[in-house]
Amino acid sequence: MTALRERTLLSPRAMPSLPKHVRIQYDPVRQAFAVLSPEKIFWPNDISLDILRRCDGRSTVGHIIAGLAAEYDAEQEAVAADVIAFLQEWSDKLLVKL
Amino acid sequence: MSEPLLPPIGMLAELTHRCPLQCPYCSNPLELLKANRELDTQTWLDLFSQAADLGVLQVHLSGGEPTLRRDLEQLIAGLSARGVYTNLITAGIGIAEGRIEAFAEAGLDHLQLSFQGARPATTDRIGNHRGSHEKKLETARRARAAGLPLTINAPIHRHNIEEVPEFIDLALALDAERLEIANVQYAGWALTNRDALMPEPAAVDRQAEIVAAARERLTGIINIDFVPPDYFAIYPKPCMGGWARDAFMVTPDGTVLPCHAAQTIPSLSFERFGPRSLSAIWTDSPAFNAFRGTDWMQEPCRGCERREIDWGGCRCQAMANAGDAAATDPACVKSPIHARMAMLIDDAQRSAAGPSRDELFVYRRIGVVTEPA
Repeated sequence: MTALRERTLLSPRAMPSLPKHVRIQYDPVRQAFAVLSPEKIFWPNDISLDILRRCDGRSTVGHIIAGLAAEYDAEQEAVAADVIAFLQEWSDKLLVKL
Repeated sequence: MSEPLLPPIGMLAELTHRCPLQCPYCSNPLELLKANRELDTQTWLDLFSQAADLGVLQVHLSGGEPTLRRDLEQLIAGLSARGVYTNLITAGIGIAEGRIEAFAEAGLDHLQLSFQGARPATTDRIGNHRGSHEKKLETARRARAAGLPLTINAPIHRHNIEEVPEFIDLALALDAERLEIANVQYAGWALTNRDALMPEPAAVDRQAEIVAAARERLTGIINIDFVPPDYFAIYPKPCMGGWARDAFMVTPDGTVLPCHAAQTIPSLSFERFGPRSLSAIWTDSPAFNAFRGTDWMQEPCRGCERREIDWGGCRCQAMANAGDAAATDPACVKSPIHARMAMLIDDAQRSAAGPSRDELFVYRRIGVVTEPA
């Protein structure tokens, strides 16, 4: 049978992406963006949504952090801690591929 | 109503009651509908379209065995065209060559496959279908090869609770990304077979420890959802996330229900899609409004700080065990008859220790059990 998968730990060079079965979708009824996944629906806040949208499989974690720091006019270090914690948590739930 | 009515998010569509398996805990009603009572393709498509308009984002295609519907590809495509997330809940037996690929092509997002046991003999015995385990393994492989994410669903009871570690290994071996360890709850056929299905209390405790350790060990590798058995609980779970709060289900003939077992509450009558729109049923149906929110609650629910956490628990369990659908779910330690749950567990242990019967279960079959009209 298949080899056992391993937990992925975030590295700054990782290029996160959403798996095929996880998608961000605008819901016109609730006028909000939803993240649809097997059996669960999430309603991310604006910052979470900004992180997830940048998970395009081409941008590194470092780029994502720099981009968000510029957009929110914030210190990179402060942004980095939040982004890294968020992506590791979503990877652990198998909602983001690292 | 004390709070505004929210649109529904999730819908369970029981496309058919036909099924190759005869699991003795089936959540279908005891009186199963035959194929000639099923909605046709166009009616399901209309219903799905209205559901999407109403705010439904996720549809679970279930049964019975939904793949027995020859129009399943069309139904998936209809939902997919509306952006609705589709989850196929299947027993994984007798699915013709090429169909799983066709489901994926039609836009299926996810497949949930049931295993009655982690061992072939258990699977075959519980579903009363020889060779079913092997067919399920094949379905899992085909689903993964078609690029579909996979959940393994393991309904747990007395006769497979010791297989929980093997279920975890099985899910990993099949490259599933989710495993549901879902203990059987006593409604529908499971209520008929309660004594035969009730696990030993010590086994329930062991299971909880095994699952907790596995979740820790397998973080980031597989998601394990655990649904413990209500009869062993201290607080009830928020059944359906609250009655008619954000989800509903539809039976093969288009009857719209707040939950699987709602028809066991004799004071309620339910409406069918077709004669009435989905929106009208969701908004105005007296059965949907009967236990919405918190206004219907009696004590101890009414004054309880958990009333908006568990929404009073399961109405059908209150009906079955307290004789009153508006009572506190007896699974709750605050219910005046909570001790009855422990007595029912004890009774089942004595029954299991008694002389064995020819057939352990009343298997799910059309016409086996008839209820008074």
